[in-house]
Amino acid sequence: MARTMTGAEMVIKALQDQGVEHVFGYPGGAVLPIYDELFQQDKVKHILVRQEGGALHAAEGYARSTGKVGVALVTSGPGATNAVTGLTDALMDSIPLVCITGQVPTHLIGNDAFQECDTVGITRPCTKHNWLVKNVNDLARIIHEAFYIAKAGRPGPVVIDIPKDVQFAPGNYVGPSNIAHKTYKPRVKPEVAAVRDAVELMASAKRPVFYTGGGVINSGPKASQLLRELVRLSGFPITSTLMGLGAYPASDKQWLGMLGMHGTYEANMAMHDCDVMINIGARFDDRITGRIDAFSPGSKKIHVDIDPSSINKNIQVDLPIIGDCAYVLEEMLRVWKAKAPQLDKAALKSWWKEIDAWRARKSLSYKNSSDHIMPQYACQRLYELTKDRDTYITTEVGQHQMWAAQFINFEEPNRWMTSGGLGTMGYGLPAAIGVQLAHPKSLVIDVAGDASILMNIQECSTAVQYRLPVKVFILNNEYMGMVRQWQQLLHGNRLSESYTEALPDFVKLADAYGWTGMRCDHPADLDDAISEMINTKGPVLFDCRVAKLANCFPMIPSGKAHNEMLLGENVSDEEVSKAIGKEGKVLV
Amino acid sequence: MINPNPQTHYAGPALRQEVETRTLSVLVDNEPGVLARVIGLFSGRGYNIDSLTVTETEHEKHLSRITVITRGTPAVLEQIKHQLERLVPVHRVRDLTSEGVSLERELALVKVTGKGDKRIEALRMAEIFRAQVVDTSIEHFVFEVTGKPGKIETFIGLMTELGLVEVSRTGIAAIGRGAAAM
Ligand SMILES: Cc1cc2nc3c(=O)[nH]c(=O)nc-3n(C[C@H](O)[C@H](O)[C@H](O)COP(=O)(O)OP(=O)(O)OC[C@H]3O[C@@H](n4cnc5c(N)ncnc54)[C@H](O)[C@@H]3O)c2cc1C
Ligand SMILES: Cc1ncc(C[n+]2csc(CCOP(=O)(O)OP(=O)(O)O)c2C)c(N)n1
Ligand SMILES: [Mg+2]
Repeated sequence: MARTMTGAEMVIKALQDQGVEHVFGYPGGAVLPIYDELFQQDKVKHILVRQEGGALHAAEGYARSTGKVGVALVTSGPGATNAVTGLTDALMDSIPLVCITGQVPTHLIGNDAFQECDTVGITRPCTKHNWLVKNVNDLARIIHEAFYIAKAGRPGPVVIDIPKDVQFAPGNYVGPSNIAHKTYKPRVKPEVAAVRDAVELMASAKRPVFYTGGGVINSGPKASQLLRELVRLSGFPITSTLMGLGAYPASDKQWLGMLGMHGTYEANMAMHDCDVMINIGARFDDRITGRIDAFSPGSKKIHVDIDPSSINKNIQVDLPIIGDCAYVLEEMLRVWKAKAPQLDKAALKSWWKEIDAWRARKSLSYKNSSDHIMPQYACQRLYELTKDRDTYITTEVGQHQMWAAQFINFEEPNRWMTSGGLGTMGYGLPAAIGVQLAHPKSLVIDVAGDASILMNIQECSTAVQYRLPVKVFILNNEYMGMVRQWQQLLHGNRLSESYTEALPDFVKLADAYGWTGMRCDHPADLDDAISEMINTKGPVLFDCRVAKLANCFPMIPSGKAHNEMLLGENVSDEEVSKAIGKEGKVLV
Repeated sequence: MINPNPQTHYAGPALRQEVETRTLSVLVDNEPGVLARVIGLFSGRGYNIDSLTVTETEHEKHLSRITVITRGTPAVLEQIKHQLERLVPVHRVRDLTSEGVSLERELALVKVTGKGDKRIEALRMAEIFRAQVVDTSIEHFVFEVTGKPGKIETFIGLMTELGLVEVSRTGIAAIGRGAAAM
């Protein structure tokens, strides 16, 4: 049913009709009509960030922790360009976002008008799709279409650029419709024959491994449930990427830990030596494969992915299955149960024996200290003291991110928000704000680095405004630790610009923002301090002074194969500096 | 350029295959920016474009047809196809080359200047190639020539000897043989 209203009214009406409760944004001239409409209703709540970049990451955290579409609203020109990092981040990590940008009036487009930029041009390569709305009568349809595109198939960010005159213009509003999209119809149900072949291959495996990823999380909680059922039914070992943590419970005995560059020895060795690899919703990223021609050389590979372009992109696979993880897993389970396959029990038993031997290497072990807080220890304690609570973890980017992934265990999906594909420093605090807003009663912690946290520190102010009790746990090593680690590996330990001199006093900084500031520099005090942080009502900035020169192991140096891992306990400085050959140095 | 960095350790199987040329037909919604999306996809992901043509083909349905001639290894070509299909306004992508014989045609406008024998020879050649004279003076001809890309190449090659000064080509339009439609 069509109704007449202005473009700005339509924006709010469409958001309401899409069930949007929160919009993260920042006003400016080109979106004032929309802000005026926001003001006159109370269904859609606006969260005022302190920089547009924060709005996008907050929307990402909100989306990842709820499975809903995150929404951001920014002005033209600098508002839109500030959104670019968050859009790219969401594109790389397949996060559904709708970002509405204001634009100069239609008749001024192309004139270098005040705060004009070619928003659709700039954001074309960093969105799943974008629209410049020139006719108000297209606006409502486009907004509804935008929500569909953001969420359908492989999720991603979209931009709707709305010129100011279109916001003022009256036009016809249409509600969301269930009419099939003209062109975008991603396949969600798998080919039954392919699933049957996959089950057959799995049943014949002697050294199988499940390799799961962010696609399971994207697919929704049901996919995680089905995954658990299938993995337990088969008895096969399972590992996951950074993006897939939580889909399978880390406490389970079939869990091998994360794989990849900083994954566990057992996960990477199992990937290298397996005969059947079952990839569910992961994209063979270069952090996983290492040297491609040495990647799992002896295995038959099954690859389940909703995006056909993920198939054979990096790694040639034997059995592609296009579909949504939940549908595919459901079908796999059905076929598996119907067939009740005879597994090669003896082979699987000796495979587990091999795996247990790799596990016994305890690749995550590190030398603890009674004088200094080791960053790994800090993550372990943080985990132990929060595991029985309703906890969500976000991170920034760097060593602390990897330690968090290694030492904080996840039992449920959507509990872990991190910037994986783009690796955006400054992601964690705004993301935590988004998560906290969606889960007001939960404990939300950003595991941060001293350098990363400064990239969006202004969002402390947002947390105060909306009374969001987020906790920021800074593993403060006074270095861009991850950069320093690579300089040690690749550049003769010349620590060019990776020491963060003149760090602020984080406790005073907290105070200035109206947060509680805390500092801890001794392992003996750590537990009490963490408990105090958890029990503090409002937001807390926790300056955890950790050993400055700790490095993150295990590590597959760039250009090396899975079975050429560097393990922490037996790596000398000499080995570290020689670990990457000449060719490896050009890689990232 | 297929492998920008032959030493890379990330060299995939894609890089060890033979390079092939393909003609792709892409049916798209004729909406603003759709061509930029297609071109941006090619440049952003490092794919090749040898020729590209685009125009609206079905006015009422707002459909345009893009014909792209591209080069790559089979793995890269498979990626190109899937990446194109992923673009929201894309209806269909057809690989005309892999589906058997396709018809490919191009039009060129060729300006030749000169006097005397060369001028006569140019006109004689034009007749052989069934090129039309669409503009002329005592000093020049503009020929319109259509046909397979190879024919156009040959014609232009010959004209270089005979006073060629300017060429404008449409790029290749292609369509599958037989009764079936895209
Ligand atoms: C400093 C740093 C170090 C890192 N080190 C590591 C490391 O050691 N180990 C590691 O694992 N990662 C690491 N990463 C992260 C890495 O860069 C990648 O982001 C990550 O490995 C990709 O995870 P993924 O394969 O699960 O893919 P995602 O990016 O999550 O992609 C999901 C895949 O699933 C598909 N998909 C989406 N939705 C569905 C659905 N509903 N059904 C089916 N399929 C779907 C998508 O098409 C896509 O192919 C690191 C990142 C940083 C910043
Ligand atoms: C926006 C951005 N700029 C630069 C980088 C490159 N980078 C990756 S990790 C890192 C250092 C992070 O330092 P810190 O936050 O202190 O974390 P640590 O590694 O010390 O735990 C840098 C600069 C990045 N990932 N993101
Ligand atoms: Mg640091």
